[in-house]
Amino acid sequence: MLKKHWPVILLGIALLVGLALPLATGASAPGFYIEVLLGGLMTGVLYSLVAMGFALIFKASGVFNFAQGTMVLFAALAVARMAESMPLWVAILLAMGIMVVLAFLIERIVLRPLVNQEGVALLMATLGVTYFLDGLGQIVWGSDVYEINLGIGKEPVMILQNVFEGGILVNKEDFAAALVATALVAALAVFFQKTPTGRALRAVADDHQAAQSIGIPLNWIWVIVWSVAGFVALVAGVIWGSKLGVQFSLSQVALKALPVVILGGFTSVTGSIVGGLIIGVGEKMSEVFLGPILVKTFDLAGGGIENWFAYVLALLFLLVRPEGLFGEKLIDRV
Amino acid sequence: MDAGSNFVHFRRRVTMKLTSNSAMLSAALAVSGAAALLGAAQVQAQAKEQFFPVLSYRTGAYAPNGIPFANGYVDYLKLIDARDGGINGVKITFEECETGYATDRGVECYERLKGKGPTGATAFHPLSTGITFALTDKSFTDHIPIITTGYGRADSVDGAVFGWNFPLGGTYWDAADMLVQEVGKKEGGLDKLKGKKIALVYHDSPYGKEPIALLEERAKMHGFQLLLLPVTHPGVEQKATWLQIRQQRPDYVFLWGWGVMNSTAIKEAVATGYPREKMYGVWWSGAEPDVVPAGDGAKGYNALVFLAPAGMGQVHKDIIKYVYDKGQGTGKKEEVGEVLYNRGLAAAMVTVEAVRKAQVNYGKKPLTGMQVRWGLENLSIDQAMIKKLGFEGFMTPVSTSCVNHAGEAQAQIETWDGKKWQVHPGVLHADNAIIKPMIRASAEKYATEKKITKRDCGKESG
Amino acid sequence: MFYRENGQFKSSYASDLQMLPILQDRLFMAGLLVVAFVAVPLFVSDYLFLAILIPFLILALAAIGLNLLVGYCGQISIGHAAFMAVGAYSAYNLALRIPQLNFLVVLVLSGLIASAVGLVFGLPSLRIKGLYLAVATLAAQFFMDWLFARVKWFTNYAPSVSPAPIEIFGWKVDSPLDKYLFVLCVLTVFTLLARNLVRGHIGREWMAIRDMDVAAEVIGIRPVYAKLTAFAVSSFYVGVAGALWGFVQLGAWEPLAFDLNLSLSLLFMIIIGGMGSLLGSYFGAAFIVTLPILLNQVPAALGVPIPTAMNAHLESMIFGALIIFFLIVEPQGLARLWAIGKEKLRLWPFPH
Repeated sequence: MLKKHWPVILLGIALLVGLALPLATGASAPGFYIEVLLGGLMTGVLYSLVAMGFALIFKASGVFNFAQGTMVLFAALAVARMAESMPLWVAILLAMGIMVVLAFLIERIVLRPLVNQEGVALLMATLGVTYFLDGLGQIVWGSDVYEINLGIGKEPVMILQNVFEGGILVNKEDFAAALVATALVAALAVFFQKTPTGRALRAVADDHQAAQSIGIPLNWIWVIVWSVAGFVALVAGVIWGSKLGVQFSLSQVALKALPVVILGGFTSVTGSIVGGLIIGVGEKMSEVFLGPILVKTFDLAGGGIENWFAYVLALLFLLVRPEGLFGEKLIDRV
Repeated sequence: MDAGSNFVHFRRRVTMKLTSNSAMLSAALAVSGAAALLGAAQVQAQAKEQFFPVLSYRTGAYAPNGIPFANGYVDYLKLIDARDGGINGVKITFEECETGYATDRGVECYERLKGKGPTGATAFHPLSTGITFALTDKSFTDHIPIITTGYGRADSVDGAVFGWNFPLGGTYWDAADMLVQEVGKKEGGLDKLKGKKIALVYHDSPYGKEPIALLEERAKMHGFQLLLLPVTHPGVEQKATWLQIRQQRPDYVFLWGWGVMNSTAIKEAVATGYPREKMYGVWWSGAEPDVVPAGDGAKGYNALVFLAPAGMGQVHKDIIKYVYDKGQGTGKKEEVGEVLYNRGLAAAMVTVEAVRKAQVNYGKKPLTGMQVRWGLENLSIDQAMIKKLGFEGFMTPVSTSCVNHAGEAQAQIETWDGKKWQVHPGVLHADNAIIKPMIRASAEKYATEKKITKRDCGKESG
Repeated sequence: MFYRENGQFKSSYASDLQMLPILQDRLFMAGLLVVAFVAVPLFVSDYLFLAILIPFLILALAAIGLNLLVGYCGQISIGHAAFMAVGAYSAYNLALRIPQLNFLVVLVLSGLIASAVGLVFGLPSLRIKGLYLAVATLAAQFFMDWLFARVKWFTNYAPSVSPAPIEIFGWKVDSPLDKYLFVLCVLTVFTLLARNLVRGHIGREWMAIRDMDVAAEVIGIRPVYAKLTAFAVSSFYVGVAGALWGFVQLGAWEPLAFDLNLSLSLLFMIIIGGMGSLLGSYFGAAFIVTLPILLNQVPAALGVPIPTAMNAHLESMIFGALIIFFLIVEPQGLARLWAIGKEKLRLWPFPH
């Protein structure tokens, strides 16, 4: 087993060493190290919220939804703008309705005509959906920065002040995000395992034709899948939006979720959580600890490693373990 | 056999369907192509008109800041036409072009608009330092002034080399210098800065990189440590940046952001507990869209304010009367009087006054870019004129010459109290003893690199 | 009636293998070249050069490059603007640090450097394909974005890069007409090169890999060689296009000029124009370049001016809608429409 999986094991060891290095060499105070770790975990949770949508759609319909980020933005814009004139929970419900309608339209107009095409064509179709929704969202809801007020305080909280010098800074919003993400994963797990619709979705994910032959209505299933992904996008949008403010760049941050899905496996919801956490922690750690070292050695004009860290990590993973940590192995070698 | 003919039939049907779709598509393309050519070939009305191009960004990550500026600019142009009937009878026409803060689209807009109007474009306000860099090179052949009120190249103050750039009101070296002076004042003297740490959180673009040269110079002079923290466009991901700030604990943070980067920075400062009183933003990081999203957390945040702070004056009343009440307002009425809106007003005002000044010399007719440049170089807007134009309290005097394309840079500090900006008394001036040699050196370097022949300012004043 | 091969017999292998076997095609191509080199400079205004023709030509070159990779070899790449950036910055540094070099040499060298970089980032294609490869190429895009923004040597320690005007053998390429002719010459040479590449055995290897890679390997085509040469050649083209884009079109640029949006634009060009078709690259580039201008002029010409923000959003929506439309209705793009037109022309005036 060691001989067969040596690249993965090597990569794993390299990552762990990199993780432990700042603490081991004493380059940083332990309290601050934990703060960066927590910060990374929280960011990772946000990424995984978006990545879950990717995984869901790919799991059930084999389509890689490039438009997931834009769906997050679209949902967030809908909630933010509607909440200006009605209570927040009403806005969220209405936004959910909008996402269901959107799912229906996408399935009808984009997916059904392209049913038997290869993955790349579907990817490009979702690229088209991305651009379309970007433009539509901004025409309908506007280009300004909008607020989503969840009522959670923005001031940080200091904990463990007696254990670590100065205490550790924890953000209430991030904490709430982590709770919500956990709840979401649990709900999705229950949905997929226990409900008939969930089982039907898994059947479709396994084999479209077999599922059709036992009477599962394929088109409806796809509408449901995209609606569930829309719901996940809505949750992600509300949380991201409350944290960062709802504006156009939100959809670009969601691009980060692509490496997450690669790490975790395209078809695994658990994988997107784990992948998100790994990427989040890796990014923040490399930016805060590795960045200054690189800047000094190579006389760079500042850090910014986190822009490409996730992608390069994903690239390395693709080379050693393309199916990701939890995905299904593809037997397709050339 | 049957299958074969079916297949042929099917293929023909598919081909027919495809070709009918294709025919429709081709027809649509042809029609639009013809219409576009027609539109492009439209002859401009040869009336007495002065064409003002407006490069703006109403979409993208910088839209929250670009929209009010563009609204202010356009509203002032509309006001001049509605209230005064143009500049001495010459009507103003304008056209907006969306740049999205992207340099290549800015260049495209420039090329599209520079020849419009009976005498070409009056002057360009790129509203982006990146676009300014690109247009500067073109200005030497196109002869159209580029006005960069409070942004652009810091060395373009030197009119002998940069004959067409006008950084009216001050540059980023002035701004950085003023901020250093302010924190020096807070510490009790510039010499007390020794050993302190100042972090620059800057937008990773020519705009954000511009003040670094001066800050490094000052750091050498006074012995403080400069921490450079770039933030990539669009600036929404700043968690790592502020974690580093938490680690390094600088004494002051200078914010050089734009668009959503500003509000994100303040929010992250709140999230990591960095005191906002120790944050100082440049004059482009001190407007309402930057602080309002952070809510109460932004209280205590300071920023530079130059040329035009927030507030309402005579000119605003005129705009409401002549433009908004007639339903011609560009933006929302509530935004009239905000910081960026007023900057747009001020930018339009200096351009209009430059044209007016040039008309004294060249006659009351539509003017070319070269003639407008003369007006820009002989601009002297003093306090009396400011009052006459209705800008009292919102404008600092501007007076230019061939060697000094910026005029005297001065600014104040304003602090956000949760509801509005409170401007501190006390005016800051940049230290020219440090900045002028830097400008000269940088301009020389540019002239040698680009093989530009310097103008002789002594001969050209006429 | 007019467009047929009747009566055109080939009497030598050379004439059988020529690029344009039908006489009418040759006449059309000759006519096109005459129009491009002679008629256009005479009749077209400066504005059209700068706003439409020059970007169209340069982007067509880049689209040809991407098409060679995606359309002919089937390896998807959504990070190709990174290689344009490599080409542009290499050209800048070469021109700056070795001023004695002729600009043509600079162009070729920058293409070769881009080619080398493309080769490196093409290595993952040996192990992954499809959308996994797409994500890997995104890594190239973001890494290059970061590299050029951070390593100050590339931008000569200045925030924005601005090269000196081009001069070739004493001919100063600074007026719009000069720039147009220069780019046109480069493009003609490179298109000819590409056409011969795809007609030759390399092109066939690429197409075999695209259609059925396992079968191709079975019959003896080495996938390593085919895929890596596809990446190399494609990056060469795109690198040269990037150098031209920076030097001729933009004049001054910063790292953000070659971001993800440009990559996606290139991809759109070849999807709409037609993948696997050189003519398609031209159509796609023309479409993407003229669409914003159309959107700007047509409503104004019809008397219904649209505010600029709405314009930009509409552009986005129309792009998205058109991509979906083309993928559903005509996956082979505008080039297929052209081919259908030619087929109809062969039969005209008969219906079938």
